[in-house]
Amino acid sequence: MLPLGLRGLWSGPDLTENPVSLSKEQVQHIAMLARLQLEDGEFDDMIDKLSRIVDFFDQLQAAPTNDVLPMAHPLNMSQRLRADVVTESNERDLIQGNAPSTEDGYYLVPKVIE
Amino acid sequence: MATNSNELHTRTLAELAGGLAAGDFSSRELTEALLARIESHGSSLNAFITVTEEAALAQADDADKQRAAGEVGPLNGLPIVHKDLFCTKGVLTTCGSRMLENFVSPYDSTVVERISSAGAVLLGKTNMDEFAMGSSNETSYFGPVKNPWDTKLSPGGSSGGSAASVAARIVPAATGTDTGGSIRQPAALTGITGIKPTYGRVSRYGMVAFASSLDQAGVLTRSAEDAALLLGVMAGLDPRDSTSVDEPVPDYVGGLSKPVKGLKIGVVKQHFNEGLDEQCGNAVKDALKALEGEGARLIKIDMPNIDLSVPTYYVVAPAECSSNLSRFDGVRFGHRADEPEDLLDLYCRTRGEGFGEEVKRRIMTGTYVLSAGYYDAYYLKAQKVRQLISRDFMNAFEAVDVIAGPTAPTVAFAIGAKTDDPVTMYLNDIYTISANLAGLPGLSIPCGRADGLPVGLQLVGPHFSEETILACAHQYQQITDWHQACPEDFR
Repeated sequence: MLPLGLRGLWSGPDLTENPVSLSKEQVQHIAMLARLQLEDGEFDDMIDKLSRIVDFFDQLQAAPTNDVLPMAHPLNMSQRLRADVVTESNERDLIQGNAPSTEDGYYLVPKVIE
Repeated sequence: MATNSNELHTRTLAELAGGLAAGDFSSRELTEALLARIESHGSSLNAFITVTEEAALAQADDADKQRAAGEVGPLNGLPIVHKDLFCTKGVLTTCGSRMLENFVSPYDSTVVERISSAGAVLLGKTNMDEFAMGSSNETSYFGPVKNPWDTKLSPGGSSGGSAASVAARIVPAATGTDTGGSIRQPAALTGITGIKPTYGRVSRYGMVAFASSLDQAGVLTRSAEDAALLLGVMAGLDPRDSTSVDEPVPDYVGGLSKPVKGLKIGVVKQHFNEGLDEQCGNAVKDALKALEGEGARLIKIDMPNIDLSVPTYYVVAPAECSSNLSRFDGVRFGHRADEPEDLLDLYCRTRGEGFGEEVKRRIMTGTYVLSAGYYDAYYLKAQKVRQLISRDFMNAFEAVDVIAGPTAPTVAFAIGAKTDDPVTMYLNDIYTISANLAGLPGLSIPCGRADGLPVGLQLVGPHFSEETILACAHQYQQITDWHQACPEDFR
C-alpha cells in the first residue's frame, strides 16, 4: 500500500501490487540500447521498479486523444533560427582540459578498427 | 546605522541592497560574514558542493570598487549561490553526479553570466539531486541535503541545497531549476519563496540539460520582492538558447505594488482531493481566504485531465533525459571507466559507474518509451495527453487570472522514507508538474504550518504572467509573516 497522504492521488489500480512485469531479456535489451552496464545485483531491482513505472503509465491509455496533436513545444511555438555563421572562438585546449584522454588535440578512445 | 556583522545573514536581498547603498557595510564585510555563516552552519545541512571563498572575496572587493566609482549594477555586492548544474567558468560543476565529479566548466551559463555582470558575489555551488532527478535530494552523489526545520527530514528536491541554504539564513538567495517542481517543492518544504518562470523566459544556455522541453531556471529567496529583483536580472532573450523567447521583461519589482483587489483566483477541484494532507489543505484554504479578504475573487474550476500530469511527465521527462544524457560517454569530459576492452565497453561501463540508481532508472524508462514498438503507445500518447493538460489550463485562464492551491501534498518527509517505491516519490510533484508540461510560470510561498512544518501555497499564471503572480505573492506577504519564520537552530 502507498503511504497515507498519497493514497487517492490517482484513480488507477494499486500500483504497488502485482505490476505487469518486464522480462529480464527486455530489461537487458533496453540497457544495451541505453549503453548502460548494469551489475548482476542491480538487475532484479531495475526489473521490479521499471515494471512499476511502466504499469503506472497505463492509465494514460484511457485518455481521449483522438484528433489531438502531440505537444512538441510547451508554448506550441516553432523555434527561432539564426544565420549559419561562426559565433564562437576556438577554445579546444581549454575544452580538452576536461577530457579523460587526449593526444595532439584528438580525443583518445580504444582502438575501433584493427 | 551601526551594523553588527553577526546579524547580516538575517536580512533579505532588498534589505542588504539598501544597506550597501547607504554605506552601512561593504560587500567585503557582508561576504566575510556569510562565508563565516557557511562555515558554521553549512556543513550540518550538506547544502554545498563547492564554496568559492577566494573568488568571492575578490568579487566583493571589485563590487566595492565599482560602487566607489559610481558604477553600480542592480545586484552590486549582493551574495548569491548557484545550483550546481549552472556551468560556472573555472568552477567545479558536478550536477550532483559522480559522472561530473571533476568537471570544471570552461564557460559561464547565461544565468551565471547575467547575475555576475549585475555585480553579484558568488559564494558557492549548492547540492542537488543527481542531474536534477529527484524530489528529496537523496539521489545526490554527495549525500542528501538536510532540512533546517528538522535535520532528519528532507528539504525536498531537486534544488534542495539552494532551498536549505536560503531557509537556514546562510545566504539570502539562490538559483535553482525546475523541471517538474524542483524549485517550488523544496521552497514549500523549507518555508521559502521559489519561482519557476515561463518556459523560455530565462535562458537555458549552460544549464546541464535534463528534459529540454520542461527545464527552466528560477530563484529561491526569502520574499517575493527578492525573487522579483533577481528574476529581472536573469530574464530575457538570449541568442544562445533557441528556445528563449523574445518578450520584453517587465519591471517585476515595480509591479509588486499592484493590489489583489479584483484578481480572479481559480481554485482547482482536483487539487483538494483525498491525497492532500488535511492540515496542509487547511493552511492553503486559510491563505485563499486571506487573499479573498484583500478583495480577490475565488472561482472554482475543473481541470479534468490534471490527474494525468504525473504519468504524462514520467514518460516525457525520462524520454528527453535518455536523449540528453547520451552525451556522457567517457570520451570528451566526465567520468571514464578504467581499462576498457573496446569502445562499447568504455561507453557501457563509464555510464554504469558514473550514473546513480535514479538516473539510470530514468534513462532506462526513457529508452523504453522511445524504443521501436513502444513509441506510439507511450511517448506519442503522453505528448497528446500533455496537449490536453495544456488545454485545461488555457480554458481555465479564460475565466481566471491565476490558479492557487497547494504546492505539495504533504509537509517535509523523513530522509529515507520514500526511497523504496519510485512511483510514490514521483507523486510528490503531483501539483507542480502540470505547470512544466504547459510551460507556465509558477511560484510557491509559505502560507502556514502543519505538524509545525512549513506549508507552501502555489500560484500558477498564464504564460509570461510572472508580474501578476509575484505581485499576488508580495501582497500576501504584506498581510502575513509566514515568510519571516526562521528555523530555530538557524536564527
